[in-house]
Amino acid sequence: MTAICFYFQIHQPNRLKNYRFFDIGNDHYYYDDFANDDIITRIAHRSYLPANEMLLDIIKEHGKKFKVAFSISGVALEQLEQYVPEFIDSMKELAATGCVEFLSETYAHSLASLEDPEEFIAQVKAHDEKIYQLFGLKPKVFRNTELIYSDDIAAMVQSMGFKGAITDGAKHILGWKSPNYLYNAASAPKLKLLLKNSKLSDDISFRFSNPEWESYPLTADKYMDWIAALPQEEQLVNLFMNYETFGELQPQSSGIFEFMKALPRFAADRNIQFWSPSEVISKLKPVSELNVPTPISWADEARDTSAWLGNMLQQEAVKKLYSIGERVRLCQDKRIKLDWNYLQASDHFFYMSTKHSSDGNVHSHYSPYGSPYTAFTNYMNVLSDFMIRVEAQYPAEIDNEELNALLLTIKNQEKEIQALNREVELMRNNIVKDLTGDFVEEEKAEEKKPVKKACKKAPAKKAEPKAAKKAPAKKAAAKKKTTK
Amino acid sequence: MKALMFGWEFPPHILGGLGTASFGLTKGMVENGDLDITFVIPKPWGDEPKDFAQIIGANTTPVAWRDVDWDHVQSRIGHVMDPQLYYNLRDHIYGDFNYMNTNDLGCIEFSGRYPDNLLEEINNYSVVAGVIARTVDFDVIHSHDWLTYPAGIHAKQVTGKPFVIHVHATDFDRSRGNVNPTVFAIEKDGMNHADHIITVSDLTRRTVIEKYGISPDKVTTVHNAVEPLSQELLDVTVPPKHEKVVTFLGRITMQKGPEYFVEAAAQVLQKVHNVQFVMAGGGDMMEKMIRLAARRGISERFHFAGFLKGKEVYEMLKASDVYIMPSVSEPFGISPLEAMQMGVPSIISKQSGCAEILDNVIKVDYWDINAMADAIYSIITYPAMYNELREHGLKEVDGIRWVKAGKKVIDIYKSLMH
Repeated sequence: MTAICFYFQIHQPNRLKNYRFFDIGNDHYYYDDFANDDIITRIAHRSYLPANEMLLDIIKEHGKKFKVAFSISGVALEQLEQYVPEFIDSMKELAATGCVEFLSETYAHSLASLEDPEEFIAQVKAHDEKIYQLFGLKPKVFRNTELIYSDDIAAMVQSMGFKGAITDGAKHILGWKSPNYLYNAASAPKLKLLLKNSKLSDDISFRFSNPEWESYPLTADKYMDWIAALPQEEQLVNLFMNYETFGELQPQSSGIFEFMKALPRFAADRNIQFWSPSEVISKLKPVSELNVPTPISWADEARDTSAWLGNMLQQEAVKKLYSIGERVRLCQDKRIKLDWNYLQASDHFFYMSTKHSSDGNVHSHYSPYGSPYTAFTNYMNVLSDFMIRVEAQYPAEIDNEELNALLLTIKNQEKEIQALNREVELMRNNIVKDLTGDFVEEEKAEEKKPVKKACKKAPAKKAEPKAAKKAPAKKAAAKKKTTK
Repeated sequence: MKALMFGWEFPPHILGGLGTASFGLTKGMVENGDLDITFVIPKPWGDEPKDFAQIIGANTTPVAWRDVDWDHVQSRIGHVMDPQLYYNLRDHIYGDFNYMNTNDLGCIEFSGRYPDNLLEEINNYSVVAGVIARTVDFDVIHSHDWLTYPAGIHAKQVTGKPFVIHVHATDFDRSRGNVNPTVFAIEKDGMNHADHIITVSDLTRRTVIEKYGISPDKVTTVHNAVEPLSQELLDVTVPPKHEKVVTFLGRITMQKGPEYFVEAAAQVLQKVHNVQFVMAGGGDMMEKMIRLAARRGISERFHFAGFLKGKEVYEMLKASDVYIMPSVSEPFGISPLEAMQMGVPSIISKQSGCAEILDNVIKVDYWDINAMADAIYSIITYPAMYNELREHGLKEVDGIRWVKAGKKVIDIYKSLMH
């Protein structure tokens, strides 16, 4: 065994307030601010902040030998910026050490990869921009919402320029293969895959403080022995977990922080290194291709998408939501864009799961609702209102095709305008040249000024016709509605 | 193993849930095998199903010696009882009850209902129980609900056999706390004498422990179940409808919380108009509910269907899109299970015993009119909600079988006999 790759997920959804059917069409604010503030502040103080401290301490002690990766959803970042700004500062400090890699994902922690490719790509871009804005780093490795992955998704991820992706080492996909190697996607051979080692990850995140577990108490020494005992030819152990593991899932009193702090020392004793996902991808060669025809994830026993799309309630809610995707992307309204992001968080659908037994317990543990049916009712009421708002901008009577045609016209016209503008600019320059050509050469110094002016003018003019053209297009749409 | 059961109702002549539950349990227990049940009821009609239990009528059990010939007995009570049994019972008369109001066969008349002189009838029933207990062979005594506790106690005193009581309801449920001291005394006496107490829900179990001061280790919950519906009932047809129907089925009394249903209906109707509300059943609060619906201005959408029986119940359910049971206190509540069997999504109060075993229903507090209205709105507006509840409900209720409940009761019997 040569290396360990740590990756932590941070995500919190914007929980919805109790939204009654009377509110549909009347109340356009959907969130339970008190609960959201309360939960993220609590978790940040119990887990995120002390865990950051812990990582900083480790990095101080071991320097660049210690590497970790984070994926923080855009919606969580927004909440953290608003309620726990000190966390953002602490994260910036971590980022500055050079030992931390940020992974790409969907801004809204959404299921867009399964439902709406266009939305998916837009969200990944938005997320990467947000990360760059805050931490000055550009994500190079992709990880999807709750490690959802399939051949189709791999192709999209590769087309966006990512070199690697992170997903679950689901048993039904791997079969006899081991997750402790680097793989590549069958549908996108250049995309390398890091697979979660479920056993060793869950030993830390779920079993660490369980006194009934046969390996309790788990020490760093023992844990590293396990890893060192893995076959020599296996290359890496991917330990992927929720960042809440530290301090929330495993309380501080369980000694989880001390355990982590001790890991690097025992790893060094056994000659095991810590690599970030990017390092893994550059240092190792994939051993084999992985075929994943139906989507997998790291959730529930089934390790598929049934945690979010397992029953009719969930399917209906997701279908309704993405039925308006195109329209929302047309909207300019900032509030609509914001709500669109918040409503896409996969958590809302997770709460609607009707699974029972141990899976069901996990679902209800995280759910703010008493039952999946209440979760559905509340979400659908909110979504109904949201759809009314979107429709107010783009009436449902115009079908998507028609809308697309109109949009295409606008886009084409925009291109045309740009081309014409360029022509105008060129011609103006020519005129200036012609003019200057007629004058004496000593005045060349002055000549530059008018050219610049002409150049500056052009973009300003460019914007004007764009706006002007859009308005008639909208009017045309409205007219069509009345004629129908 | 042989059990002697005392009950008050038995299908098809039933007045409430007690008869249905007694019958279902008896059938479920017998299906487990190796069990003979003798079931005593006040007044059999002769058309009771006899496949699962030998039925003895209290009104055909002699308590006073009469010299009657076989033909006379046959002509008088042959339709409900084998004359030989009459003579066997007559041989075990244990006292002179001629002072009582007996007929030509030496039997006491019973109404088998809930008459004004109910207490007298309960007492007579226990007198009769003495004769039966001396005649019939059995290993355990099982009394269904407070009306038959005195009979069970009597049988226990005569034979010393273990005595189990089955609490289908307590007076705390029926009266919202204003208990009748006489009823309470009978209930408490039964519980004290019982070797084990079976309650139909944990809710009732808590009532028994907390309000009657019974030791928790002698009280066990055995949740009720349902019989699979016959194809005939599943196939009932109703005229096509153009509006959604939300239905309340049950006695219109304080215990069932009808007023919360009216208030929730009024809320829903502010927003949606293609929906009808139906309150089916009779009861002392019916007129008050009619006035309340009128005061809320929803009378044209709120209908009172009166008391439904037999097939009508299933026709009503078939025509419904939502079933609602906002009971203030319901020891178990079998009707939502029947609604689920008919594929009707159900909303029940958290204060109902059946809420303890059902997952695919909407549970609300009985006083939470807002949540109730939200749930109604959701089911009639979002097809996924309706379908999910309907299909999962069908599947779930299909697994709630009397045979499993019967097994638990038999296990309790066994623990008492060893």
